[in-house]
Amino acid sequence: MNGLIEELQRLFPGIQGEEGGDMPALVVPADQLLAVMKELKERHDFNFLADLTAVDFRDEKRIEMVYHLLAVPEARELRVKVNLNRQHPEVSSLTAIWPAADVQEREVYDLMGVIFQGHPNLKRILCPDDFTGHPLRKDFQLNAEEGRE
Amino acid sequence: MAVAREDLLTQEIELNMGPQHPSTHGVYRALLTLDGEKVVKVENIIGYLHRGIEKLAEDRTYTQVIPYTDRLDYLAGMLNNLGYVQTVEKLMDIEVPERAEYLRIIMAELSRIASHMIMVASMALDVSGWTAWFPPFRERERILDLFEMTCGSRLTVSYMRIGGVAADIPPGFLPALEAFLDDLPQMIAEMNGLITGNEIFKARCQGVGKIDLETALAYGITGPNLRACGLPFDLRKARPYGIYDRFEFDIPTLNNGDSYDRFVIRLLEMEQSARIIRQAMAGLPGGPVMAKVPRVIKPPKGEVYHQIEGAKGILGFYLVSDGGNKPYRLHIHSPSFVNLGALPRIAEGGNIQDFVVNIASIDIVLGEVDR
Amino acid sequence: MENIFTGIAAYIKGLLAGAPPWVQTLGMGLMYLVGVLAFIFLNAIYLIYLERKVSAYMQQRLGPNRLGPHGLLQPVADAVKLLGKEDIIPRGADKWIFIIAPVIIFIPAVMVYAIIPFGKGMIPVDLNIGVFYFLAVASTTTIAILMGGWGANNKYALLGSMRSVAQMVSYEIPLTFSLLGVIMLAGSLQTSQIVAAQEKVWYILLQPVAFLIYFIAATAEVNRAPFDLVEGEQEIIAGPYTEYTGMRYALFYLSEYANLVSVSALAVTLFLGGWHGPWLPSWLWFLIKVYIMIFIFMWVRWTFPRIRIDHLLSFNWKVLLPLSLANILVTGVGIKIYQLLTLGRW
Repeated sequence: MNGLIEELQRLFPGIQGEEGGDMPALVVPADQLLAVMKELKERHDFNFLADLTAVDFRDEKRIEMVYHLLAVPEARELRVKVNLNRQHPEVSSLTAIWPAADVQEREVYDLMGVIFQGHPNLKRILCPDDFTGHPLRKDFQLNAEEGRE
Repeated sequence: MAVAREDLLTQEIELNMGPQHPSTHGVYRALLTLDGEKVVKVENIIGYLHRGIEKLAEDRTYTQVIPYTDRLDYLAGMLNNLGYVQTVEKLMDIEVPERAEYLRIIMAELSRIASHMIMVASMALDVSGWTAWFPPFRERERILDLFEMTCGSRLTVSYMRIGGVAADIPPGFLPALEAFLDDLPQMIAEMNGLITGNEIFKARCQGVGKIDLETALAYGITGPNLRACGLPFDLRKARPYGIYDRFEFDIPTLNNGDSYDRFVIRLLEMEQSARIIRQAMAGLPGGPVMAKVPRVIKPPKGEVYHQIEGAKGILGFYLVSDGGNKPYRLHIHSPSFVNLGALPRIAEGGNIQDFVVNIASIDIVLGEVDR
Repeated sequence: MENIFTGIAAYIKGLLAGAPPWVQTLGMGLMYLVGVLAFIFLNAIYLIYLERKVSAYMQQRLGPNRLGPHGLLQPVADAVKLLGKEDIIPRGADKWIFIIAPVIIFIPAVMVYAIIPFGKGMIPVDLNIGVFYFLAVASTTTIAILMGGWGANNKYALLGSMRSVAQMVSYEIPLTFSLLGVIMLAGSLQTSQIVAAQEKVWYILLQPVAFLIYFIAATAEVNRAPFDLVEGEQEIIAGPYTEYTGMRYALFYLSEYANLVSVSALAVTLFLGGWHGPWLPSWLWFLIKVYIMIFIFMWVRWTFPRIRIDHLLSFNWKVLLPLSLANILVTGVGIKIYQLLTLGRW
């Protein structure tokens, strides 16, 4: 696995490997994501987008995109992370590589407020269209008490 | 002809199928653009059942999240339980007692059979095969009875715990399970006689909603729907979790990737699940069903992604811990959500009747889609 | 027993004997109408019960069993419930068309009973073009369904009524052709004569293919599974009936069951020897045969999944229609050969 990370680092100097997790992980600069993903899919058999989500690290002022890739059928796993600016989270969309990213990116946009450049149909998916805010952000206020006052 | 060509052209209409509709399997809405009866375009509109489980989990302790997982795919509660507790165990490095591992396998596979039963029953019903609804439901009742015997609950079981299972099986469980497994082949034979081999059913489903393997992978389709396209990819075999590596079973595959194959593969998978359960029953050891875990679950700081083979496809849990007693972030990758995302691709070009078959054949559960 | 109904008719005729001829005709007409209506309502109501019981036993259930012995009063409760329901007319609906459609659909359903020979000498109107009359009147049902579907101004209703037109118009053709074989054998369109001609041999033995075609086409005509596309509830909710409530909805279903009885009655008349049968009274024989037909219709309904619209139409035009035409040809040749053999001339 380390071979994979080194090989990628030769092509994309901005990549960092992460040690000690449950699976090999890469941290990729946002502007290189699309190229790295293409490389992973075409040259390294990671042909399946297993999951796509985001985590809000409010204290560190960043939103982390987390992609989990799977090599089907041998089931090797790989985690790819992208750090985004919490104020203006923007990253390129993966829909061109995996159509599976379509709904999942919409979900992340809806709940986390990440803008996916190049997404064909970026609108809310789980929340209603007129909803304001992005519920999975840590500073989202749960307004259960609002009506009581 | 004096009539202008424009006058002869038909107009497309938009039809809202759902959120209340007999065949949407829950509160799901499809915005169909129709040309006559032909479906030109499909747009999924979901979120009616969105309860914000991922957000709720951030405010609950690790143990308190378990009941929420039941309400994801409420037709296979045990499998969701299993996926979640294994995720936490993976993060905390907890060893689960042998007996609990075996019980988990038995319950998970029973859950899978129950879920597949619903799928075959409702797909039969969606082509108006009313009578075929009953054999699977009759047998599923017995699975639910088994669950009730063990944990007091039928659907929202909350049976698994971090470090084991909530309770040991009561006396009488194993004979009842044995009897159920003995009767299962008969139910499958009934379904085959009534529906699978029926000419009208074949005409309705064969070649409908066809998807090839490459497209299926690109759209992230997993589970029985992927295996109906001809790829024997099953996490239980490819990346065994728990103790699945100890059992002998086959991965049934079919090659057409159409609705009919997606239906038949469920019947085949039931047989394999039954095989696993029989082996687990034979090998069931004695001993405790809970490991020694701290009263307050506090996983170390870190992250983990764990995926299991759910009833509808690969069910993944991504858990980020900040070292506290509540999850910092829990993301649930639900197979139905992704499979439903592929529905527009699958369904376009058929007519309304095909659309109903397609929804049924990809087997969605809205609790899991909307979370 | 045999003469119970004809006796009643004769008694009423006797009462009216002194009246002017037009009163007599009117009185007898009214009496037949009341008789037929009572027959339809009793049958339709208990057919709903029967349908629920038959389906229940096919599906390992018990069916209605709470109201009265064996749930026999269930249909009464259903009727009362439907009568008490709010009558909703959607704001967007075409009001008058929406309102009269259920009434109009009921008229042909009643009218076709005029030519059914319920027993020996028990035929309301013995028309000499009986079968033709039946087919002509029955085909107008389509118009009422289209009215209901169009008037409701609902997309599901529209789709359903369009399906009904496509389906019923195309299935009428093999239905008619399948009856031609029988008519050629009997040499008459008059239902009483067709029944009389079957005293020795039932036409189902001479025309098995025609019977099969008739059965399939009739299933499609009365919109029953596997041809219930018009109200295919898994796809289009209830088709043309989607927006109807209460009694209007009930009228549609009543007429549907009335049609089921009438096509079964026609099948019995034309293929199963009508009221002929040993020992029992003729009208009882007729009823038994009708109910056997109805049971087969129900059996089919609860066994088969629904067919797809394009398969339905191509099956009609590519299989049933040629088959029914071939049947006519074979029947014609057969009649001529028979004549040649028995009479020694063409």
